[in-house]
Amino acid sequence: MALREQLKKMILEVLPGVDCVIGWGAGYDALHAAPLFMRAPEDVERFLSGPLGAFGAVQNPALFLPELAGKKIGLVVKGCDSRSVVQLAAENLIKREEVVIIGFPCEGVIDLHKLRNKLAAHFVVNEPGGVTAVNLAGDHLALTAGGQEYTFKRDEIMADKCPRCREPNAVISDCFAGIERRADNIADDYEDIAALERMSLEDRFRFWEQEMSRCVRCYACRNACPLCVCRDHCAGASRDPHWLTQADSTRDKFMFQLIHTLHLAGRCTGCGECQRACPLGIPVLLLKRSLGRAVEEMFDYRAGLDTEAKPPLLTFRVEERKIKEREW
Amino acid sequence: MDAKFISRGQLPEWLRSLAARFAVLAPARAGSSVIYRPVDPEAPPRQPELAVKPTESAKRALFPLSEALLTFVKNQPDGKPGLELRETPPPRPCLVFGLPSCDARGFLVFDPVYAGSGTAGKFQDNYYLRRREQAVLIVKTCPRPLSTCFCNWVGGGPASTEGADVLATELKDGLVLEALTGKGARVLDSALLRPAADEQLTAAAQSRAASEAAMPPPVDISGCARALRGKFDSAGFWQGHSAGCLSCGACTCLCPTCYCFDLSDEERGSRGVRLRSWDSCMLPLFTQETGGHNPRAAKAARLRNRISHKFSFYPDLHPSLPGQDGHIACCGCGRCIRSCPSAVDIRRIVTEALGTAAEGAE
Ligand code: SF4
Ligand code: SF4
Ligand code: SF4
Ligand code: SF4
Repeated sequence: MALREQLKKMILEVLPGVDCVIGWGAGYDALHAAPLFMRAPEDVERFLSGPLGAFGAVQNPALFLPELAGKKIGLVVKGCDSRSVVQLAAENLIKREEVVIIGFPCEGVIDLHKLRNKLAAHFVVNEPGGVTAVNLAGDHLALTAGGQEYTFKRDEIMADKCPRCREPNAVISDCFAGIERRADNIADDYEDIAALERMSLEDRFRFWEQEMSRCVRCYACRNACPLCVCRDHCAGASRDPHWLTQADSTRDKFMFQLIHTLHLAGRCTGCGECQRACPLGIPVLLLKRSLGRAVEEMFDYRAGLDTEAKPPLLTFRVEERKIKEREW
Repeated sequence: MDAKFISRGQLPEWLRSLAARFAVLAPARAGSSVIYRPVDPEAPPRQPELAVKPTESAKRALFPLSEALLTFVKNQPDGKPGLELRETPPPRPCLVFGLPSCDARGFLVFDPVYAGSGTAGKFQDNYYLRRREQAVLIVKTCPRPLSTCFCNWVGGGPASTEGADVLATELKDGLVLEALTGKGARVLDSALLRPAADEQLTAAAQSRAASEAAMPPPVDISGCARALRGKFDSAGFWQGHSAGCLSCGACTCLCPTCYCFDLSDEERGSRGVRLRSWDSCMLPLFTQETGGHNPRAAKAARLRNRISHKFSFYPDLHPSLPGQDGHIACCGCGRCIRSCPSAVDIRRIVTEALGTAAEGAE
């Protein structure tokens, strides 16, 4: 049975016992999926009904769990999404028993910012919104636009988080569709961060100044983050104390990103929703990954793998293994 | 009126020359997005990005993300606490090059509000109006619609001239520029432009006709104001449509017709500034009251407000011709759809409210 059919069957089985099952449905065009809240069996027909199937399932449904606390929710998760669920449970932001998790072996999702860049650079039809037909066959994605067909390799337009993903199968699930994908040979070399660090400090500063200068402070990055917990008490909106100016200041916009990054250190699972959600395509995930690597190196800890683990920055050891105390 | 032609090669030079007189904004690529960037007359000439519809709207030209309304100094003349207010200097006149027609029509939604339509003209917003009066808008015909475009549902079109001072149409080797207002004619008075030849004018007209024809037929949304009024108390309707919403401000920040702002005084020692900055009705703090109550604490109530404001409240307050729906406060640019992380589709909400869900919608 095809993956979609297996998942639909599981959703239908889970549905009677929950308030709703959250997954992905077709959005307004062939390339865009939208979160789908399935409450009745007929809603399940719309599950992954777009031509991209699970390759288009970009949103992280774990985001919606805290606001639905108190209700029993079914959740279809990719590997990365499942780590968000684990982290939310580890921090007591949700109750594990309120969620029925449906996992599947994820083979990666599309990055529409990447596709946008590719189209703009090489093709007459230069926007995802100009694409009129989509056909995903094996490792290739064919797009029709302006009467012409363009073909991309799946890997070229896949989100960067996917080829380096060490947990493509849900790390936690109550039911699992399909056969687990092997991933023990996959490593994250953090080459994106290393490349940034090879830049001189001045160049790096200019890079961020350039990137952040187009931020419109829409805070989609913050609101798309399943682990951003302050919500309407955000440092970015607080007037008293007045941490950040309301003036159009690139430095303060960058400062906000640094605040988000630090609040997420050791909690961020690298789901990449912050960056995906940014309408201006600002690569804010780099900041979070940089601290993610630091936490992994220093505390041998990766967020979202164990509901019983304590995030290292939410606790302390009298003697940290890798932090040398001063000798005096 | 005048019709001129500029070759692609000369376009950057012309924009630079305009930058001597105006604060010029032109679309520029930045990462995966296209934004309106100031043209720097000192920097090397750069081709504007005309192939891709700008990610953000052009509203920042007349309604900056943040602007100082006044500055103040606290002082103590004769030992009594006092406050000295200083006006901010008037802004440079602004010229936007290459905005799509929907962006220009977006300002038609701003205009009555900032001219005081809510107070019978008593309170006018000079900060907006003085920018507006001097601004020159050079609209560029959209070559082809995106999956999110629906300007023709709300009275616009890819080659609409409403609100524009110049209409630009791309040909293979350059642009035909047709003046629509006196302001527009004045900026076309440049040695870098030459009069458009007849065949260029014909080609431009053909290109515009092709753009209009490429637009899918509009969906009739007359009666939307009433339909949405009828949905005001349907909690289920709004909860359903807002389920995937993140309560961010991507839709409102990028929208050419969202005009709401926030005021804040920022002080440093005895000096301070009163800032006006973009606000968003999708954020929970928008309606947070000092006493703690929030009339729109739920995201469903906030989405209801955004959609109803555009398709119901505003048209009710701004009637157009008798017997017709009022002016819809949405120009159909589709940015709120295109940039929404959850693909919330304003068209679907309106058509479902009307009970005539468009075919092909999910
Ligand atoms: S900071 Fe970004 S990558 Fe990390 S959990 Fe939040 S949305 Fe995901
Ligand atoms: S999503 Fe992008 S534009 Fe919006 S606040 Fe975050 S970084 Fe800025
Ligand atoms: S509709 Fe979309 S863009 Fe607007 S607040 Fe909701 S999630 Fe953000
Ligand atoms: S509401 Fe959406 S479609 Fe309408 S003008 Fe605003 S951004 Fe454009």
